[in-house]
Amino acid sequence: MEAENMYEIFKARAEGVGAEVHRFGTRGETVDFILPFLRKAGVTDAPGCFAVWADCPFLGGLDQQALLEFPGLGFEVSRELAAQARVGISQMEWALADTGSLVQDQSAVEQRLVSTLPSIHIALVAAGNILDGKSALFARINPSTSRYIAFITGPSRTADIERVLTIGVHGPERLIIIFVDELEGKKR
Amino acid sequence: MKKEFKASIIKAVNDANLTGALGKFSEAYKVNRAKAYQGIDFEALRTAIAGIKSNAADDLDALAENFKKNAEALGAKVFRTRDPQQVKQYILKVAREGGVKSVVKSKSMATEEIHLNPFLLENGISVAETDLGEWIIQLAGQTPSHMVMPAIHMTKEEVADLFSKEVDERLSSDIPRLVKVARNELRPKFLAADMGISGANIAVAETGSIVLVTNEGNARLVTTLPRIHIALVGVEKLVEQFESVIPILEALPRSATAQLLTSYVSIISGPTQNDDGTPKELHIILMDNRRTEMARDPKFKQALQCIRCGSCLNVCPIFRLVGGHVFGGIYTGGIGTILTAWFDELQKSEDIQGLCIQCGNCTQVCPGKLNIPEMIMEIRRRLVLEKGQPLVQKAIFGVVNNRKLFHTMLRAASLAGKPFTSGKFIRHLPLFLSDLTDGRSLPAIAVEPFRDSFRKIKQPELGEKVAFYAGCLIDFAYPEMGVALVKLLNKAGFEVTFPEAQTCCGAPALYNGAYEVAAQNAVDNIQVLLEKEVTYVVSACPTCTVGLTHEFIKTLETLGQTQWLPQAKKLSEKTLDFSTLVKKLVDEGRLSFKEGELLGKVTYHDSCHLKRTLNVFKEPRELLEKAGYQVTEMFECDMCCGMGGSYSMKLPEISAPILRNKLKNIKDTGAPIVAMDCPGCVMQIRGGFDQDDSQVKVQHTVQLLVDRLKD
Repeated sequence: MEAENMYEIFKARAEGVGAEVHRFGTRGETVDFILPFLRKAGVTDAPGCFAVWADCPFLGGLDQQALLEFPGLGFEVSRELAAQARVGISQMEWALADTGSLVQDQSAVEQRLVSTLPSIHIALVAAGNILDGKSALFARINPSTSRYIAFITGPSRTADIERVLTIGVHGPERLIIIFVDELEGKKR
Repeated sequence: MKKEFKASIIKAVNDANLTGALGKFSEAYKVNRAKAYQGIDFEALRTAIAGIKSNAADDLDALAENFKKNAEALGAKVFRTRDPQQVKQYILKVAREGGVKSVVKSKSMATEEIHLNPFLLENGISVAETDLGEWIIQLAGQTPSHMVMPAIHMTKEEVADLFSKEVDERLSSDIPRLVKVARNELRPKFLAADMGISGANIAVAETGSIVLVTNEGNARLVTTLPRIHIALVGVEKLVEQFESVIPILEALPRSATAQLLTSYVSIISGPTQNDDGTPKELHIILMDNRRTEMARDPKFKQALQCIRCGSCLNVCPIFRLVGGHVFGGIYTGGIGTILTAWFDELQKSEDIQGLCIQCGNCTQVCPGKLNIPEMIMEIRRRLVLEKGQPLVQKAIFGVVNNRKLFHTMLRAASLAGKPFTSGKFIRHLPLFLSDLTDGRSLPAIAVEPFRDSFRKIKQPELGEKVAFYAGCLIDFAYPEMGVALVKLLNKAGFEVTFPEAQTCCGAPALYNGAYEVAAQNAVDNIQVLLEKEVTYVVSACPTCTVGLTHEFIKTLETLGQTQWLPQAKKLSEKTLDFSTLVKKLVDEGRLSFKEGELLGKVTYHDSCHLKRTLNVFKEPRELLEKAGYQVTEMFECDMCCGMGGSYSMKLPEISAPILRNKLKNIKDTGAPIVAMDCPGCVMQIRGGFDQDDSQVKVQHTVQLLVDRLKD
């Protein structure tokens, strides 16, 4: 499948399950989107309003000190901080076009903390890492080296009360997916 | 049938909340599921899954050992046991050694199966279910009513009451608000818990991985926050290869909830680090609890192909009326009946196995290719072997097995029934010596059975012969259908023979587990129908046709009466159902319809055996169109009418509402005629409309076609 085509399919499928999908050329443009987003989401340095950003390739080559000037945003991730965070940011490695899913080796616990506990999860993805679907993915993941492979498809949901679809039970109620063209894709 | 069981059924079918929620869900499910499978070759997918799971079931012991080796190499502790008691003791030991005070659980049917929660509570360990539906039923002190949607039987008002008590505040029944309450109440429990207990949807032997498929995100928290994680896994979840995860992940969410993929899938291979830097303690318990025994039983091995999606429940005409609680156990619906018979004991399934009407809907959607109705029939057979036939049934089948006596009684019934006859219906049909009718009139036994009418129809002496197998209903209740069929076949240039010694097809006995009786019926009919050389054997009753083409062989095989098999197969090859034969004759130019007349709308009801065993549904529609009718489809045209042979007499509480739905769907089309190929369905639906005072005409297709043929 062609790259542009796959992006469109991914976007349609992910939006179909309630995710929000954006795409930017560079890290800089992405940061320019994220910071106002955090402000609007009410991120501050008060407990319950933090933003936690887990270590990821996206942060390499960025002026992290400058980002830390944003009140409430931090790169230190613990259960306490993540539990008091409104927004969690992490990078996910793969995107699957056919189901609108994101996949990442989340063996490192902070990757899971920032994507489970806060009510908003911002997921950064290299635009070159969109795959057709599970078969292409399974050729690229390896459970003998990745202990916790996580698939995320849209926000947390339930239909356990009267079959009414309701968003945000135990996980994030919003999933913001940002594709970044500049990020190096690993897709071979 | 036990009184309490009947009472639970009556309670369930009269629970408007339950039947409303389930009914709406099951109607929407069919549409959404189809959408989710768009662009996917479902047959190929389920064949792949059935193959993977069946191979796994061939050697569960080796797979489990391989899983243990590989998971332990990654640092997990793996405990294998056959015994649910040992599972509980192991979990308690781990909890004690780890100083565990509180446990959070994500959804696991295996833990429900062994009643883990009360055990942990008795031992002073607090347990919180965190799946919203499971938490609701935990607060309510109930058991799940559906495998995937445990609290589907409850209304938002009931949930609001429960939650109000829990948080000590009066809550409204606003669903998003209730979900928020659950999030806020459970979050501290997640953060404080010392141990997380999960199940697993798949366990991969070659990598020692477990796969968890969830929507709420609770399994991610359960496997991340507490320092100890125990996964309880039934050995039927094992697959050999990592790649096998792909097809199961394709099918499970689509079949379970009509999603392309659930919100979360986690593949865990060995322990990870906790957030305080300590290594997580990961225990995986592989529980057998009779699964290996099941795998060795040729009739039940296929049950291990189940991926627990619950789609069999979602399409079941019975489940959507009664819900899960009447099943009495943890596992519900058709698959639940089978699992209860094995994981608890055969006797526990005695009442619930009778709920299956054998319509076969579930066989069409099962991603593991299980034949649930067939396994339930086998449970019936074994129950009868163990406990013997109930006395009344024994008396009936004693009669059915003696053709002359049976036919004499039917003739006698025709006279005895007379005083009660009102028009074409009587209140009590002694056909199966039952007096239960509800919402439906039953036909009078014909004054002149078909076998007598047939003698009066002069048969042309033609080279080609067709033997007509009438079956009890056409012979004794609806001879006019047989007369029409003979007329039609004569027009096509066939001489029709009616071997008089033909007897009951054995379906009533078979569907009640009386295989010996059914086998005797099979042998009698095989001998009679193959006595003279004929081109075809034809039946205008799909249940009889399935007897002649499928069940005779299966019954004889099951009982090991192999000497009859070659002839049973010969009969099977010669036998055609009415519509298939007529379609063939039309295609061959041996029959054609009068042209140029528009006969108006007709709607067609698909009979279970015709649609799902014989795969015939286009043929009757094409024939009706060719005859000049305009076929207008009703909603759920292939949903069972609730007849199911003696089912409608044993469980009229269930049969009646199924029939009511069918009548409504027929009426909603506005068609003045409903056609069908099964005299049993005619009896049910015509009887329903008779009590309903409706003008809709209920006809066997043969009756609509016969007068439309060119001479």
